[in-house]
Amino acid sequence: MYLKPRRAPAPDRTPETAAYWDAARDGRLLLRGCRACGQVHHYPRTLCPFCFSADTEWRVASGRGTIYSYSVMHRAAEPYAVAYVRLDEGVTVMTNLVACEADEIRIDGAVHVVFHPSEGGDPIPMFTPLRPPG
Amino acid sequence: MAAGRSGAGGAYVMGVFEHPTRKAVDRSIGQLHAESAQAALADAGLTRDDVDGYFCAGDAPGLGPLSLVDYMGLKVRHMDSTETGGTSYLMHVDHAAQAIAAGKCSVALITLGGRPRALGMATGTAPRVYSADAPDVPFEFPYGFTTANLYAMVARRHMHAFGTTSAQLAWVKVAASHHAQHNPHALLKDVVTVEDVLASPLIADPLHRLDCCVITDGGGAIVVTAPEVAKSLNRPKVRLRGAGAAAKTPDGGRLDLTYSAVAQSGRRAFEEAGVTPADIKYASIYDSFTITVLMQLEDLGFCAKGEGGRFVADGNLISGVGRLPVNTDGGGLCNNHPANRGGVTKVIEAVRQLRGEAHPRVQVPGCDLALVSGIGGQLGSRHGGATVILERE
Repeated sequence: MYLKPRRAPAPDRTPETAAYWDAARDGRLLLRGCRACGQVHHYPRTLCPFCFSADTEWRVASGRGTIYSYSVMHRAAEPYAVAYVRLDEGVTVMTNLVACEADEIRIDGAVHVVFHPSEGGDPIPMFTPLRPPG
Repeated sequence: MAAGRSGAGGAYVMGVFEHPTRKAVDRSIGQLHAESAQAALADAGLTRDDVDGYFCAGDAPGLGPLSLVDYMGLKVRHMDSTETGGTSYLMHVDHAAQAIAAGKCSVALITLGGRPRALGMATGTAPRVYSADAPDVPFEFPYGFTTANLYAMVARRHMHAFGTTSAQLAWVKVAASHHAQHNPHALLKDVVTVEDVLASPLIADPLHRLDCCVITDGGGAIVVTAPEVAKSLNRPKVRLRGAGAAAKTPDGGRLDLTYSAVAQSGRRAFEEAGVTPADIKYASIYDSFTITVLMQLEDLGFCAKGEGGRFVADGNLISGVGRLPVNTDGGGLCNNHPANRGGVTKVIEAVRQLRGEAHPRVQVPGCDLALVSGIGGQLGSRHGGATVILERE
């Protein structure tokens, strides 16, 4: 079963997270990092959820990670895969796995970010299996 | 001498009622709350005018307690609308006891009502948001997360970490169906096999259709009273012996799907009650999905972490067959999941067991200590865990 990129509903932009979506337009995945405790978190907040410092900043993520868990949604007009991807930076993000066969997906499998358009809004970061070149 | 919860003599669950409807095309939400309230009060031997505390959660329409206090004509001096999804009502029992101990009320009424089935709601499979301006929504909703696929990811991770199988999960449903055959009100009364569960369509893999709870309309109510009120009533006395609550979230990206909030709520409840899992004669375990039960049994300490698959297999949750009778009304998987919220029915069946009023074919002999546990919200992301330990006095 081939999993096509979903046309996702547009995410709501808020003043707090507009930069995240601006970066998505440029094909960059951002994470919020904290200068006080050194940790990165997701979803992004102005106040660090780990130490509650307001001394936070945007950081560009590698866009690579591994699959922590996933599920192919069969009860849908077109099946799609939701997943938790653990980024190389150590945080786990909620996402879709796209542009792959369902049986390519496995826990701990390496993936990288790809951006896909949403319905009339900013592009959405999704992930696809990392394939060896050639 | 009763041990456990401290405070001014504790509190008692003296009235319960589970609305018999499973499809309420001819009833309003207010009516489901009120009919359930009336019958639970009658069960306790009390009347509407005895109520001085009222508790409801997110299923209550409008301004919650205000709208329903209005509809039912209640005169209350204490209100609470703690909302943690389907497990809210377990927290309400705890909060009612706290309010009673603090002298804020003496007869607390908890109600639930809703009609998702009449409305044709795709409860588990349609992406939905509880509130569009919640800060997590832009980072989750566009991806098509649903109740079913969030719980499915927990099941998948459990399988990966511990070798749990779909056949083991199926045993949770099989046990529920064995109980539901004796419940005339159960939505699904047919006994099913492991093979039936595995042959049912995949909803969100690895969860099949029969791994998912039913969608039903309905209502329920619980009456919690002060000790002096309980003494005045000619009903079996069910005392709140201990309770615990907890919240668990994706934690800024430090997610771990191998345990639930019940790991904390259960420990707190057992500590307060001064008992251990080995003392529990019957357990109501919220069964939104089969994985929900397996996870809680581990987190409550009925078995070691990772052993849940083996624990639930081979009928171990069937009354009269296995070591731990669970959800003897048929649970959410077969009997009822009114308003998409299973907490009230979990308390109700525990009270039936403690009173000796469960169906004779599923009644646990000498049932004097029962546990009720639940997970509300999404096990795969943010959820509330609540555990209540009740004893027959």
